[in-house]
Amino acid sequence: MKQIGRFYLIAVLMFLYTPILVMMAMGFNASPLYELPFTFSTRWYEALLGNRQLLTAGMNSIIIAVITSVVATTLGTMASVALSRRTFRGKNLLQVLLLPPIAIPWLITGTAMLIFFYWSGIGRGMHALLIGHVALAIPYVVLVVGTGFRTIRADLEEAAMSLGSTPIHAFFSVTLPLLYPSILGAALFAFAVSLDQFVISYFLATPGYTTLPVQIYSAIRKGFTPEINAISTLLLLGSMAAILIFARFAKPGDTSDKR
Amino acid sequence: MTNVKVKSVAKTYGAVPVLTDISTEFTEGSFTSLLGPSGSGKTTLLRIIAGFINPDQGAVLIGNNDVTHVPVWGRNIGMMFQSYALFPHMTIAQNVSFGLERRGIKGEAARKEVDRALEMVRLPGFGDRTPKQLSGGQQQRVALARAIVIKPSVLLLDEPLSALDRRLRQEMQVELLRIQRASGLTTIFVTHDQEEALTLSDKVAILDRGRIVQIGAPETVYEKPLTRFAAEFLGDSNFLTGKVEDGAVRLADGTVIHACERLPGNGADVTLAVRPEKMSVATGDTTDNRITARINTVIYAGPVLSYILETADGLPLKLFSQNRDGHVLREGQAVTLNWSREHTVAVAN
Repeated sequence: MKQIGRFYLIAVLMFLYTPILVMMAMGFNASPLYELPFTFSTRWYEALLGNRQLLTAGMNSIIIAVITSVVATTLGTMASVALSRRTFRGKNLLQVLLLPPIAIPWLITGTAMLIFFYWSGIGRGMHALLIGHVALAIPYVVLVVGTGFRTIRADLEEAAMSLGSTPIHAFFSVTLPLLYPSILGAALFAFAVSLDQFVISYFLATPGYTTLPVQIYSAIRKGFTPEINAISTLLLLGSMAAILIFARFAKPGDTSDKR
Repeated sequence: MTNVKVKSVAKTYGAVPVLTDISTEFTEGSFTSLLGPSGSGKTTLLRIIAGFINPDQGAVLIGNNDVTHVPVWGRNIGMMFQSYALFPHMTIAQNVSFGLERRGIKGEAARKEVDRALEMVRLPGFGDRTPKQLSGGQQQRVALARAIVIKPSVLLLDEPLSALDRRLRQEMQVELLRIQRASGLTTIFVTHDQEEALTLSDKVAILDRGRIVQIGAPETVYEKPLTRFAAEFLGDSNFLTGKVEDGAVRLADGTVIHACERLPGNGADVTLAVRPEKMSVATGDTTDNRITARINTVIYAGPVLSYILETADGLPLKLFSQNRDGHVLREGQAVTLNWSREHTVAVAN
């Protein structure tokens, strides 16, 4: 039984990682047509350094993702506080309305945004991309931070207030530190949603301002070179590093509650 | 060390009245229990005194200051919660000094206060641990230390012992009483555990559907309940109903029962309450009241034997007797119970 379990685990990991590993390896293969035998070379990384378009798009992607992450996490956390700790009219409706955007196909959201932005004069470009990405990321943040809130008892803030804290001080000294792993997780989630985003970005990008996924897509259509593997590898390593840092500091799953 | 006064406080949630015109005073240094079933409003009253809930009307006074419109954080209260509510991301010392810091006491002065408070709850040297490393009882002591270290005007306890197991709870009761006596803090304690209320309090207030139906010393409230609810909720009671006749009460079957004071006029309907342990099986002719009943069930509970009986009229009765010689009475046996008139109290329905 144990053997079968182990085999299954390895199979799953291979299924997940083989394509990625092949992609990474091909970035170091000299052949522009992904031909074997494998000849180690860093020529695609060197070529990448000269590829203004890909580098700019990559930079744009990261900038958009960082801003999206910061803005969406702030707004989403604030929404979560209201939804978890306050009572107000229309709260249930709001709570329900926050979830469907996660399930609505991006193609539909993207089309809707394009039409709305065109009609309202917002237009396309970096600002449009930011608005779109933030709107897309907020429901994820609310979901993740809201789950975090459920693990924090409301009477902790009451205890702080009984000891002389104003509600604001109670929030910043008690709730926020306890919520911090969830907020960090939500920020990473928002970052990933933005970095990954193709459909909406494709609609809202302009020829002068584009993100990496959109740039890669148009490059592929023209016939692509392993430079794309190179930049994908760099991006992947960056994301993995972020996840590992998160896992190191937030210690998810640390529930060693001795009673 | 302060008086706490509540004046005609009322609170309604939607159309449901939770508290109706509550007025009472908690005297300096006293230990008062608010006792009642869930939904009686006891927790709401405590939270109004704490400042977490605004009353619809009425006033709360702490030491003659009207604090009705002062928020929680300005009231200088010490509070203990059912779930301990220790801050899990802080050490024990940080937890205890939290309130001191809010009062501008820092550094060496704060450390001394924290050490003293931890010593008081018998957890010296626990300052560097985290709440997770402590047992439930220890966490509760820390919560108490955190509440008293700020020298609050009043100590408010919201069922703080209900999460502990029986033995630990009894231990904490003793501890709580010792610390309350030592600190001289006016203490208000919410509980639904009648034994706890009797053991700890100088005064017990019994709440029923948003009203204080009786408040007094535990002995008074137990021995002389004013209402049927008070007699039933605090301890067990037998109830006998009849009509007043020449200063006594005639039951439906003709039995005449003598009661202590407070009987209404001739012909009035009245309910009498008698504690089951005040009754005993008749041996002589010396006591004031007697009634004959048949034993339906005998319950063996260790130190106490309890009997469930029924009179010929179908009136249910309970009898508690000390387990001195084991079972003497058998099920199905008819016995005559007697008791003294001073243990017979007229109660309002």
